[in-house]
Amino acid sequence: MQLESLYQEIILDHYKNPHGRGLRDPFDAESFQVNPTCGDEVTLRVKLDGERVADVSYDGQGCSISQASTSVLTDLVVGRPVGEAFKKLDAFVELMQGRGKVEPDEDVLEDGIAFAGVAKYPARVKCALLGWMAFKDAVVRAEGEGRA
Amino acid sequence: MTTTVSAPLDVDALRADFPILGRTVREGKRLVYLDSGATSQRPRQVLDAEREFLEQHNSAVHRGAHQLAEEATDAYEAARARIAAFVGTDADELVFTKNATEGVNLVAYAMGNAATSGPEAARFALGPGDEIVTTEMEHHANLVPWQQLAQRTGATLRWFPVTDEGRLDLSDLDGIVNERTKLVAFTHQSNVLGTVNPPAPIVARAKAVGALTLLDACQSVPHQPVDLRALDVDFAVFSSHKMLGPYGLGVLYGRRELLAALPPFLTGGSMIETVRMEASTFAAPPQRFEAGTPMTSQAVALGAAVDYLSALGMAEVSRHEHDLTLATLAGLAEIPGIRVLGPGLDPAGAVTDRGGAVAFVVDGVHPHDVGQVLDDQGVAVRVGHHCAWPLHRRLGVPASVRASFYVYNDLADVEAFLAGVREVQRFFGVV
Repeated sequence: MQLESLYQEIILDHYKNPHGRGLRDPFDAESFQVNPTCGDEVTLRVKLDGERVADVSYDGQGCSISQASTSVLTDLVVGRPVGEAFKKLDAFVELMQGRGKVEPDEDVLEDGIAFAGVAKYPARVKCALLGWMAFKDAVVRAEGEGRA
Repeated sequence: MTTTVSAPLDVDALRADFPILGRTVREGKRLVYLDSGATSQRPRQVLDAEREFLEQHNSAVHRGAHQLAEEATDAYEAARARIAAFVGTDADELVFTKNATEGVNLVAYAMGNAATSGPEAARFALGPGDEIVTTEMEHHANLVPWQQLAQRTGATLRWFPVTDEGRLDLSDLDGIVNERTKLVAFTHQSNVLGTVNPPAPIVARAKAVGALTLLDACQSVPHQPVDLRALDVDFAVFSSHKMLGPYGLGVLYGRRELLAALPPFLTGGSMIETVRMEASTFAAPPQRFEAGTPMTSQAVALGAAVDYLSALGMAEVSRHEHDLTLATLAGLAEIPGIRVLGPGLDPAGAVTDRGGAVAFVVDGVHPHDVGQVLDDQGVAVRVGHHCAWPLHRRLGVPASVRASFYVYNDLADVEAFLAGVREVQRFFGVV
């Protein structure tokens, strides 16, 4: 049974009790991302406070992997400088695209290391990245608007 | 239609024809392949036919002055004739396309080209005030091309709604198909719900108002006897790889007089009559619609696939899948927290006009997660919206799990599937 390596307890916990869920005001930018193969979707808002991620809020529907991964994302990035949040994003993307050969750094990814098993299931990598791509897009938009 | 007096399927024997069914998945588990609605597996006879063509007769068809060219052309056209007989049409009414999706697009684009073609094409032309009708249960392949055609021409897209039970709602047939309707495109069998739609009333109404009909037969031709001439549709499409044949090949049927008047879609080599620098004229159908080098070995292999299916007998294929569908619906009905999308069993435990695709949702578990746990037990199903997003929206679910059957599935597969569904619920703690 390889399933337990995919569905770590941490993932199932986040799925059943998601952190930071629900769309909140105020926000600087919003991103809507969809996985067209399965219809999973997430709407995610970012509020920046200077160079710091002040809040991330989201709503959506999707499988346990996509929902839990977005929940973990909020834990990892809220309150951090944007640069550090993006380092975590890069580390998470690298882990997901590593086909199970990348050793995750718990200091960087914390609960995110539970997704290491997802990387062995290529069809699920998109699920795990859905919320993270929304976060990246929303921050880019927020910063763009800040400069405008 | 080739009619064969045949016995019930000997599934144990025919499974031996499918090499892939001998492999295991996910650490030694028996492969329970329940995704034939997406693509079917291929028997040795089909694989051998393609190899034999390539090893003995391979050459470009309809050109060349050598023996191989003759043999290749004969093999290609003989395959067309056998496939035509399988669906009750003549060979010159079948066009080979890249896939069924291209077949639908061929008709849509040819109709779009009609406005700038000769007077014989006028009956296909459409513009503002004209209407195209489809249904809410279509595969995207029989919806998006019509949306686009409407957008390009200014015509209006309309559709039949779907009932809560997953049947086409034809209560307003006369209102939806009216004197403004140019074409009615509908599926014979839903790729999600298994619902088998009744072509007769739709075709009758379309004829009464002078509208054309196009039948998406991708999920019916592989699974039940289909006589396109008897159904009296104007166009139909089906797909090789869903009926034991190779990828890269779809089939478009068009009534002879319609194909004769229909302008071309893709143009270039092989589809011309004469070419001058200023302008060209086009070959008679079906060649007019087969620009470029065709999918020759694939057509030959599809010919072998229809031989294989004919030998089994399509009535027996249909009966076999019906038995598996009944067992599946009955088994799912015993599991709390399962909602089957589409027609379910009546109080007597029967269901009519329903094919072997069973889509469902498990309360509290997302379809992707259901599929993952089934996969872990060797059970291959499809998850997602199955290219029918509007249908899922109509039924109030973002996605579903679909098990679909074919000739090589047996009751052991159904039992493994049902046990797998129970394991899903146990794993996610929803029971």
